[in-house]
Amino acid sequence: MTPDLASAIPGPDWLTERRVGAAQRAAAQPMPQADEEIWRYSRIEELDLQRFVFSPGAVVVTGNADCESELLESDPVAPAPDVFAEWNAALSEPIVLRTRRGQVIEAPIVLEHSVAEGQATFPRLVIHAAADSEITVVERFRSDGSGAAFVAPVVEVHAGQSARVKYLAINELGNDVWQVAHQLAWADRDSSVSLSTVALGGDYARVRTEAVATGQGSSTKQTALYFADGTQMHDFRTIQSHVAPRTQSNLLFKGAVKDTARSVYTGLIRIGHEAKGAAAFQTNRNLTLSEGAWAESVPNLDIETNDVRCSHASTVGPIDPEQRFYLESRGVSPEIAERLIVLGFFDEVLEQLPLPAMAAQLRARVAAKLDGVAASVAGAVA
Amino acid sequence: MSGNERHTLEIRGLEAAVEGKQILFGVDLTVSSGEVHAVMGPNGAGKSTLSAVLMGRPGYQVLGGTVTLDGVDLLALPTWQRAAAGLHLIMQYPTEVPGVKLDDVLAEALVSRGRSANGLENLLRAEAARIGLNPDLLHRALNVDLSGGEKKRNETLQLAVLEPKFAILDELDSGLDIDALRDCARRVEAASNAGLGVLAITHYSRLFEELKPDMVHILVKGRVVASGSPELVDELERDGYAKYLGPEAEEAAPTKRSSLDDLFAL
Repeated sequence: MTPDLASAIPGPDWLTERRVGAAQRAAAQPMPQADEEIWRYSRIEELDLQRFVFSPGAVVVTGNADCESELLESDPVAPAPDVFAEWNAALSEPIVLRTRRGQVIEAPIVLEHSVAEGQATFPRLVIHAAADSEITVVERFRSDGSGAAFVAPVVEVHAGQSARVKYLAINELGNDVWQVAHQLAWADRDSSVSLSTVALGGDYARVRTEAVATGQGSSTKQTALYFADGTQMHDFRTIQSHVAPRTQSNLLFKGAVKDTARSVYTGLIRIGHEAKGAAAFQTNRNLTLSEGAWAESVPNLDIETNDVRCSHASTVGPIDPEQRFYLESRGVSPEIAERLIVLGFFDEVLEQLPLPAMAAQLRARVAAKLDGVAASVAGAVA
Repeated sequence: MSGNERHTLEIRGLEAAVEGKQILFGVDLTVSSGEVHAVMGPNGAGKSTLSAVLMGRPGYQVLGGTVTLDGVDLLALPTWQRAAAGLHLIMQYPTEVPGVKLDDVLAEALVSRGRSANGLENLLRAEAARIGLNPDLLHRALNVDLSGGEKKRNETLQLAVLEPKFAILDELDSGLDIDALRDCARRVEAASNAGLGVLAITHYSRLFEELKPDMVHILVKGRVVASGSPELVDELERDGYAKYLGPEAEEAAPTKRSSLDDLFAL
């Protein structure tokens, strides 16, 4: 990864200038270290970016005919929270979806990314939802064959006044792929933004998701289902940020780890002094399905005003033996009891995903993974 | 649960402990198809331990004795195979299992018994109507947000659908209003008339207004100290357990009132 790559990407001068600027900032930064709080518990020190060759990546987009667009110089510039987001700003050729005022796009727009062995890719999706418009976007990340690769996707959501935006990212990457993803959303007055993630794949797969309620009366929702097995690791950093009055944020993250897999959840609720009457709720629950599996959950609050309603709940532990006994006492075998309990645990998240049809498919993937069926096999039969 | 088949549940010399403390000191009971056996006793007698050990609840240790169903050693089987073999437990406090739906569990439970889950929906609806359970609850998470009465109706419905050979009722009457108690007891009575053997463990006698016991056993300090005809229930109702508690209990009984009792005695 070098600044030369950034200047070689075609585009208007102002964009090239931005890209090169981002590339220079990225090149000047050291790689993150696990002793930095935001990378604590991560496996970031194992990452060697030099192993991978930059690629613009491969993506198939369907359903976007009504709102295809391009970046404009006047569009707000998203901050880059770390070196990977900076490289993304430098090297991505964004897919931009821009709705018209009042436009309701009923069918979901689907982006299918395919990551090939040895590649480093930096996909970027930018959603500009104009006032009172509605849009749903699904982004699916899969591997093209097996082998190690690196993907650092960024999604930016700009929800205008009273807009409704739903976004779902599905990670079905191969088990050798590294992912460092960013979700960034800004919710203007009375808008609602939902950011969902389903993480099943990856070797080390991290998502930093930040939802900022910038306009009064806006609401944000962040949900995730993650399930790691083998030696996989899923790593989530969530931020619910309130900078306007009477804003609401809800977060529900549920994960499971099996075999020697690991997961990390650290979540921050940040309520600024200007966010009077804000309500923020955060729930993270984790099931450890094997003795050797490990999950960490760290909730944090940073509240600068008194007039708020706020709660957070966090649990890590094995399946409740009483629940298991209850099902077994009905004549259900331990394996099926565990399957029912884990699927039931995840149903709360699946029921909240934007697309019910996709939820059923994802539930089948989770079931297959519980049964120890390789993800690629499950993908082939689905 | 065919009336033609005759099955036997035999408990011999059962000794068990919880957290290293022995609770059962040799329990003997034999229940045959179609019979209702009441097991009554004061608090701490080992009633809940007995039901837990029969079903294999984690945390209980069997120290000695045998439990067989038609000669099959139930204690050697894991819980789910005891259930599949025909033993059913109605729990005193049915566990809430978030996200796991009643109909999904019963479908799996039927399959593990080699029965088809086809027609389950109709069966569930019919039983729900019979037991007075809101049919909306059939497709909801097990016991989550149910009232005490709904939980026990739900437990009874599962018994009716799974058609076990023997049912252990662990304090079916606790936490139950009079209507729910009648509906649940009547359903168990009907199942018993169709061949179900019942071990009804309870502290109180009100369950037996609808569910007619054939035999009554009194469990005290982990032993069956008396067995007899249903009239025993009336005797217990009248005289309590004092007669069966033995000299130790009499010694342990309070001989002087606390100051608070004195206040109320004024």
